[in-house]
Amino acid sequence: MSAAEANPISVEEFLSLESSKSLLRFITCGSVDDGKSTLIGRLLYDAQLIYEDQLAILHDESKNRSASDGDIDFSLLVDGLSAEREQGITIDVAYRYFSTGRRKFIVADTPGHEQYTRNMVTAASTADLAVLLIDARKGVLAQTRRHAYLSSMMGTQHVVLLINKIDLEDYSRKVYEEIDQDFRNFAEPLGFKSIKSIPVSALKGDNVTEISSRMPWYDGPALLPYLEMVDIGEKDPATFRFPVQWVNRPNPDFRGFSGTLRGGSIAVGDEIMAAASLQKSKVAEIVTMDGNLMQAHEGEAVTLVLEDEIDISRGDVLATPGDLPQSSDQFQAQIVWMLEDALLTGRSYQLKIGTQTTQVQITDIKYAINVNSLEHLAAPKLEMNEIAVCNLATSKPIYFDAYHTNPATGSFILIDRLSNATVGAGMIDYGLRRADNLSWQSFEVDAAIRSKMMGHEPAIFWFTGLSASGKSSIVDFLDRKLIAKGFHTYVLDGDNVRHGLNRDLGFTDADRVENIRRIAEVARLMADAGLVVLVSFISPFARERKLAREIAGEIEFYEIFVDTPLEVCEARDPKGLYAKARKGEIANFTGISSPFEAPKGPELQLPGAEKSATELADMVIKKFNL
Amino acid sequence: MSVSQNSHLKRLEAESINIFREVAAEFDRPAMLYSIGKDSSVLLHLALKAFYPSKLPFPLIHVDTKWKFAEMISFRETVRQNLDLELIVHTNPDGEKGNINPFDHGSSNYTDIMKTQALRQVLDAYQVDAAIGGARRDEEKSRAKERIFSHRSASHRWDPKNQRPELWSLFNTRLASGESMRVFPLSNWTEMDVWTYIHVEKIPIVPLYFAKPRPVVKRQGVWLMVDDDRFPLEENEKPEMKSIRFRTLGCYPLTGAVNSTASSVEDIILEMRSSRISERQSRLIDTDEAASMEKKKQEGYF
Repeated sequence: MSAAEANPISVEEFLSLESSKSLLRFITCGSVDDGKSTLIGRLLYDAQLIYEDQLAILHDESKNRSASDGDIDFSLLVDGLSAEREQGITIDVAYRYFSTGRRKFIVADTPGHEQYTRNMVTAASTADLAVLLIDARKGVLAQTRRHAYLSSMMGTQHVVLLINKIDLEDYSRKVYEEIDQDFRNFAEPLGFKSIKSIPVSALKGDNVTEISSRMPWYDGPALLPYLEMVDIGEKDPATFRFPVQWVNRPNPDFRGFSGTLRGGSIAVGDEIMAAASLQKSKVAEIVTMDGNLMQAHEGEAVTLVLEDEIDISRGDVLATPGDLPQSSDQFQAQIVWMLEDALLTGRSYQLKIGTQTTQVQITDIKYAINVNSLEHLAAPKLEMNEIAVCNLATSKPIYFDAYHTNPATGSFILIDRLSNATVGAGMIDYGLRRADNLSWQSFEVDAAIRSKMMGHEPAIFWFTGLSASGKSSIVDFLDRKLIAKGFHTYVLDGDNVRHGLNRDLGFTDADRVENIRRIAEVARLMADAGLVVLVSFISPFARERKLAREIAGEIEFYEIFVDTPLEVCEARDPKGLYAKARKGEIANFTGISSPFEAPKGPELQLPGAEKSATELADMVIKKFNL
Repeated sequence: MSVSQNSHLKRLEAESINIFREVAAEFDRPAMLYSIGKDSSVLLHLALKAFYPSKLPFPLIHVDTKWKFAEMISFRETVRQNLDLELIVHTNPDGEKGNINPFDHGSSNYTDIMKTQALRQVLDAYQVDAAIGGARRDEEKSRAKERIFSHRSASHRWDPKNQRPELWSLFNTRLASGESMRVFPLSNWTEMDVWTYIHVEKIPIVPLYFAKPRPVVKRQGVWLMVDDDRFPLEENEKPEMKSIRFRTLGCYPLTGAVNSTASSVEDIILEMRSSRISERQSRLIDTDEAASMEKKKQEGYF
């Protein structure tokens, strides 16, 4: 018989009890064999939170596991996906929900192996408290230090150190105290607000929901009672922040700005300022479907109507005049890298912060952090699961706060623009300069007027292909033919540009990225001046070609793939470069020791081995009606 | 008692509203999957709140297998009229032609053709790039690991090993051409949260959730309601009237009833407090094998 049946209460009593409960979000982390899943399964089981049908399935499944003999395997409750069940390990973040008489809990279970740090960071980003599991036989491992550092970095300020499998160390007080001290020594500079060490056996249930009689020397609480009462304090930032999410415009008479308060509070009549335009107004109404409010607080999703018609759209941040978020297009941040391919400085990514999105480049990796020793290390690039302090530059100013003052307005994600994967997470330290000092000059004579003067539209033709594929010859013929037809053209050739503008760049991946960025910018400026720009450039990476297209903006951009097989290029080898590369005398040579990512959907593909350069140039003219 | 006095529900409500608005702002052709059940009722209520005073900036889609409870369909029509909604109802025309049904074709075949395939058809036809659904993470183990914004390939497949990390409340909404997103604003709600929210917000739900004497037969240990005369009774089978209700709603031949006398939302909440059975047990499709939901999801089932 459950507690509920024993104490019948009315719905109103029950709801009032429910509404008085606070919510604790916590994460559990530890190494693969520390028994995390077993612990969570045990917590749910002991707190009578597992339904009978789930238990029946569990009994069935436990029989299939060689690891157990008749006992219930609690980890099966938690290891949700069949892929990981087959491997016997947890591979992703899983969220569990339970509630006791005092609190509601959301547990994020996070995996322990090294290569899945990104999951731990993901789970920690919304957690109030971290439960770190340690195998009593092994003590504090590199993994434990990593998890502690990540928790601290993500702003999770409370830690429970769960010293598990203490039964295998004969419930030894000495083992417990040594591990506790070892951890405290390491964690001291991380500045946690609270650290609580609890000796447990998740398998046997010691000190999980109830105090165990096997460790009379331990006078603290068991895990669950501790989680029920631990005070995590209030962390709501006091400063008003309202990132505009969606403009609410049902009819011409109503214009509201919908969003969630990410700090402070706001009342009808309060003065606000839009961070982008610096225009001021006052709050006329706070609208919800349940009726208008007099005021709204942090975390509430509302719609604000202002007294004045000022220019505001998604991505803007409303704040209090005199207490605005920082505004800059350059800032320093800590970045956690989550992609198998290393982060390269200069490469362009999509950045999402609050409701703002923009392009961003990592301009400088200042140092990486060794999470085991907390040492700072020089790092030319950032590999998966590494953490570094970096400088970033966005293509337009963004509005933000330092992460430690407001995580909601100081956190961002980085998105790969080709695969659309989330490749990094970042926490802003501070802005590097005020963006207001550098404003975009607008001029009277625009592209349309220039195009009229030239007698044709500007355009960028971007020729990509292997070295010796025939790009330059085709471009040379094309250039002559276009001039003869009265076009105003200019040729940007990869080799030539490297003698001047890009003299400072080498052939590493990072330098290649920057090389292309500069050429794309120059091509854009020339097209803006009204020219037809012919770019002849190996440009081996799809991402950078995409970047070039994006830099071109509204200017017509045509990608032309000179598709000449590697064997043909290598046989031609006019400059003897392939021969040298084969001997290992040239590092990072495209096609030999560095990849060429063939375009998937170019505007035109030229069969470089089958036709002459002048025939191929004619194909371009025909295709684009030049 | 209203939501504003319950800090926990208020927090969940605000989070869901935030998700809805993000969908409206970031996608070109969103749509909301409306299954008529209690979770859909809550989802619709939250959507109305998110965009008030504007109308919903997307249509609702109901995949009708033709084997839903009759009371569900009449409830759907009432909601459509009362709220002046744009509601698309789709049935797999091939399945309808072949009279695909759960009795003759087996539950997994039927589910594939009338639900999974039908859903893909309608999402493709309307080029939906974000399909909002009412799934919760507490429902089932494979759901517990799904993202709030869950990516689908151009063939609607879910790749559980290659999910985008989801940090803070920042959602990566970028898609390549043909790909789509499934979005779950109720991810962090539990079954109890849904019921308490229905109670405090007085949200209308299908009467099948409330106990009342209904004609049922017992098959494989599960009470099934004989909702119409298409139910093929076996020789020795005779429907009996029992006071039952449903914890989840779907196709009537695949949805098990529970013995209950709970005839109001209050009764249901009190009954749930003492329940030791999870809600998914009444859905027959899950019992094939433990990992069945994950497999179905990979293939495009909601």
